[in-house]
Amino acid sequence: MVKISDFLGTSAVENVTRALSLARDNERFNAILSLSDDCALERAAKVDAGEVTGRLAGVPFIAKDNFLTFGGTTTAASDFLKNFESPIQATAIEKLEAEGAICIGKANLDAFAHGGSTENSAFGPTKNAYDDTRVAGGSSGGSAVVVALGIVPFALGTDTGGSIRQPASFNGVVGVKPTYGMVSRFGVVAMASSTDTIGVLAGDISDAELVMDIMSGQDARDMTTLPDFFTPSEETTVKRVAVIKEFMTDAVDPEVREITERYVDTLRAQGIEVGEVSLPMLKYAHPAYYIVMPAEVSSNLARFDGVRYGERSSEAKTLDEVYGLSREHGFMEENKRRIIIGSYVLSSGYFDAYYMKAQKARTLLIQDFNKAFDSYDALIGPVAPDPAFKLGENTSDPVKMYMADTMTVPASLAGLPALSVPAGVTEAGLPVGVQIIGQRQSDAALLALAKRGEQ
Amino acid sequence: MTDITTTDVQRLAHLSSLQLSDEEAVTLSDDIKNILSYIEQLSELDTDGVEPTYQVTDLQNVWRDDVVDTYGVDRDALLASAPDIEAHQIKVPKVL
Repeated sequence: MVKISDFLGTSAVENVTRALSLARDNERFNAILSLSDDCALERAAKVDAGEVTGRLAGVPFIAKDNFLTFGGTTTAASDFLKNFESPIQATAIEKLEAEGAICIGKANLDAFAHGGSTENSAFGPTKNAYDDTRVAGGSSGGSAVVVALGIVPFALGTDTGGSIRQPASFNGVVGVKPTYGMVSRFGVVAMASSTDTIGVLAGDISDAELVMDIMSGQDARDMTTLPDFFTPSEETTVKRVAVIKEFMTDAVDPEVREITERYVDTLRAQGIEVGEVSLPMLKYAHPAYYIVMPAEVSSNLARFDGVRYGERSSEAKTLDEVYGLSREHGFMEENKRRIIIGSYVLSSGYFDAYYMKAQKARTLLIQDFNKAFDSYDALIGPVAPDPAFKLGENTSDPVKMYMADTMTVPASLAGLPALSVPAGVTEAGLPVGVQIIGQRQSDAALLALAKRGEQ
Repeated sequence: MTDITTTDVQRLAHLSSLQLSDEEAVTLSDDIKNILSYIEQLSELDTDGVEPTYQVTDLQNVWRDDVVDTYGVDRDALLASAPDIEAHQIKVPKVL
């Protein structure tokens, strides 16, 4: 992998040219959907001419293809948006560019970020950086793989229920899902608005921290953003951590548990107090998420109607067909599944039994977390029950596929910051990450803790 | 509970403006049955007297000035994204 510092103080044009060529050498992973050579080289020339300076001057990066960017298409890995060129740019991209960073292309994902393997892409699956017969994880699979392959020092992702953390774990890179509201989501294709977050995948903690520092802060164009609270720190305020009992059961791969325990030992050796905690509500977080998320998805995806942007079905003769057929052709099967489930749980007669019930379970989950945080500063467990699974292994069984995010959705529902930190490799050579969950707005403390874990 | 027929799926698809093929409705009804029976484990949880959580920011009524923000985009750039335009307007099949 490469570091941000490798790209500072060198020719931006050379940096970008090298990254673009590396990207093309690694096409077989199908991690990248488009490269924007012209736009990137033009920006690089401006950096070299001293017109743009900053903490990321001349540093190339890749954004998940659900971030609206100039210089090419933004597809969300869907047929619907396969030719869409955005007239606006995401706030996160604007902030990084203002510091001199250069977006060289867009990474593959599950269409509209619906999935946990990057197999639901209209442009084919991304392959794992360590084993090309296995999945990259998802939905930010492409972003994880381009970092793992050393094409760029960091890539942007989105995490609604684990979509940064799980692919980070599967590809041995750092993944940061911030506190809900820390980073503006303006200009990013919405999935489930009450848990959507924007974060980063990077080779190490310090690089991830720098990118989060630049992206964080209030944005008038995203009313859910919080006043900037993120201050990078070398010293962590985390003194006591607890291993989550429910994440270390027999249902979890023994090697994954062993690697998690070894990581905890490293923290203990660093003087961190380690305990164990049980959160009985975790069991209900996953089913609750699979009610709340599709409900919000069905609402957010209503905007894709074939009228104002995106592909309109050429077979449509009436307005109803413009909607119905454009959506039928533009969405992947998983998108349709989620829309229909969302419509079901929101429909009258079922609303109380499903949607309301799930939001009440969410309250109980948050209470459980708060109780744990009375005694501990951070909670630790695996990111996923298993290392990267085989391509095609779970595609025929949606419920089985959903199980890959049982350990990541709780932090999402509660709006908590959570990291995925590389912690080891299985005997088969597959990377395994450990998840560190903290209280809201404790992002900087978690990153500082993870830096100690790296030592 | 939760017996989802293909008719139910087609009705939900209609509500969602999705024109599904018959084969799709069959596969989707099987999948959806499985997913619903999974999420139904929530019903064993006692939530009497619990307030629902719809959002986690604790923010309330975030106001902004009532001024137009064009996001730096002009009308033509926005119209350029539409699949069919005529005389600076988005065109759709006859509605009435």
